[in-house]
Amino acid sequence: MDRSHGIGPDGAAIVASPSASRTARIRASAVLFRRPWLRAVLLLSAPGAWFVAIYLAALVLLFVSALWSVDAFTGKLVHHWTFANFEQLFKVPAYRTIALRTIGIAAAVTLTDAVLALPFAFFAVRVAPKRLQSLLFIAVLIPLWSSYLVRVYVWRLILSKDGVLNWALEHIGLGALNIGYSNWAIWIVFSYIWLPFMILPIWSAFERLPDSYIEASADLGARGWQTFRTVVFPLVLPGIAAGSIFTFALTLGDFITPTLVGGAGSDFIGNVVFQNVGVANNVPFAAAFAVVPLVVMGIYLLGARRLGAFEAL
Amino acid sequence: MRLAKIDWALGAILAVMVVGVSACGSSSSSSSSASLPTKIGSGEGQLNLVAWEGYAQPEWVKSFEKQTGCVVHAKYAGSSDEMVTLMRQGGGSQYDMVSASGDASLRLIRGGDVAAMNVALVPEWKSFIPQLQSPSHNTVDGKHYGISLQWGPNVLMYNSKTIPSAPRSWSAIYDSKYKGQISVPNNPIQIADAALYLSKTKPSLGITDPYELTEAQLNATAELLKSQRPLIKKYWALASDEIELFKSNDVAIGAAWPYQQNTLLSDKVAVKSLIPSEGATGWADTWMLAAHAKDPNCAYRWVNWVSTPKVQAQQALSFGETPANTKACAEMEKLSKGSCPLYHANASSAYFDSIKFWKTPVKECGNGQSDCMDYTAWQQKWTEVTG
Repeated sequence: MDRSHGIGPDGAAIVASPSASRTARIRASAVLFRRPWLRAVLLLSAPGAWFVAIYLAALVLLFVSALWSVDAFTGKLVHHWTFANFEQLFKVPAYRTIALRTIGIAAAVTLTDAVLALPFAFFAVRVAPKRLQSLLFIAVLIPLWSSYLVRVYVWRLILSKDGVLNWALEHIGLGALNIGYSNWAIWIVFSYIWLPFMILPIWSAFERLPDSYIEASADLGARGWQTFRTVVFPLVLPGIAAGSIFTFALTLGDFITPTLVGGAGSDFIGNVVFQNVGVANNVPFAAAFAVVPLVVMGIYLLGARRLGAFEAL
Repeated sequence: MRLAKIDWALGAILAVMVVGVSACGSSSSSSSSASLPTKIGSGEGQLNLVAWEGYAQPEWVKSFEKQTGCVVHAKYAGSSDEMVTLMRQGGGSQYDMVSASGDASLRLIRGGDVAAMNVALVPEWKSFIPQLQSPSHNTVDGKHYGISLQWGPNVLMYNSKTIPSAPRSWSAIYDSKYKGQISVPNNPIQIADAALYLSKTKPSLGITDPYELTEAQLNATAELLKSQRPLIKKYWALASDEIELFKSNDVAIGAAWPYQQNTLLSDKVAVKSLIPSEGATGWADTWMLAAHAKDPNCAYRWVNWVSTPKVQAQQALSFGETPANTKACAEMEKLSKGSCPLYHANASSAYFDSIKFWKTPVKECGNGQSDCMDYTAWQQKWTEVTG
């Protein structure tokens, strides 16, 4: 037997003439094996640094600049602490209207998508045969392959006065509907665009619902509606809550759809932020207004957490 | 356990924010001014412009690029506010020139965003109409902060098919008869249009200059605009927005530039325009050089190019405005017979004086008092109206 491949005095296996680098590697892996926290630090330091530097720093800057102001004449930032921006937000009724409009439409879109997605997901998961199910799944995802802008512009063509909708309505004898460039148009387009984000979480919630629960409910004498109300709905509620986070947050932060399909009096919080940054050059005020959706979303997330949305994600 | 972790994470985020807020201090900036150039050096190979839509058309940009080797990159802005903001972004060195209107030029000069130019390097400047050689909106203390370009009125445009009888007054865009068919620019300076209308229809308000409004006058104007809002289909941000609204028949009447009319006519949409009986607001544009321009030589070549009679005529016809260069009249006639009088390129100075040109509203009124509302107040009022 070769000496170098024998058993050492302490009984451990000895590796044949190990090179210096190899020893170092083995030693390092031993260190890491014995200290799980060090492993975690090494794994998380890069994404963690990214998270802090890019994401949190941006949020900090947002809050800081919300407390600055702009010199009206030169347009330069004035770095003095002031709550004037927030004061203006509360004092000027137009900003309240805009905030309430944004939150209201976001809520309406969320509700609409939930109402549309629930029966769809129920049918797709629990009624449709396997082949149809995969077809429906693809149908839900296909719109996501095309650009957001294209889909909004298409709706602009559909809803405009000489558009497809009015053409069809007039051909079947109903009068033209003048909803292009209005809050109705915004509601329709948002509901369409964010629908897949509501369907998918509810879909997976239905998939996790065991058949046996429904059978048990029937065995105990519950009818269809009662089963839905007391068994199915509470179990898919976390899925609805999870989907609503997407639809609500995405609508809350959007400004492109209101710009393209909205009319007079269709400004969202995002539009005011955009105008203040890109047009009026009042970044501090934009930052102050941007805090509003953050706060609203924080409250919304707390509520969604109670409904178990985070378990369903 | 999972929820507790989320709470912990939220706490950590808050803690970082508090540290960040307390760590941020203050800073200051300074600017410097250089002496005027005495000759135009060789081009830098490119030129970055902030321009009104339609001001950098291939018709005259292509030949400029070929002749000078300066490749033009144009960024279109929809309002004077946006132009000012773009010129201030990134330390003000992102763009070389801006086609600023009178309501932006003084803000740019006082903000130190633009540099003085040497008019001796632009020979055609001597042929400009006298009012545009050293106008107060681009010349301060004898220093020329740019070279005048073109001017024109903001017109009332309407679809002559849906509105066969021509409106004569700006009252048309405040008339519930056209509810849901009206479009006006999404721009605070639009307040001046309403003020001009009120100065003629409600003399008791005492409005003499639509850009110099006291608080009471501004509030009265805002009331008119608020009553107009339910009639508006859409406030347009870019000229192309309004063009599409007229094309799809969503809008039948509105405040516009001649550019929209020309574009719509070439697309076979039946539109007409007029200057209503109350008169009109208007613009007088200036190519201004950024204080920190990276391509000053290409910039001087550009202002020389757009000041030549031929390019002045081309732009005038393309956009539907009036050239600053008096020699452009002959070129306009060559390109399209009758266009010189049509666009008032040979009109008397009385016509020029009849247009209320855009200027930045400031606290100091022309009457020596300082009780006028400044532009920030205008912007806030506009948000109140449209929001």
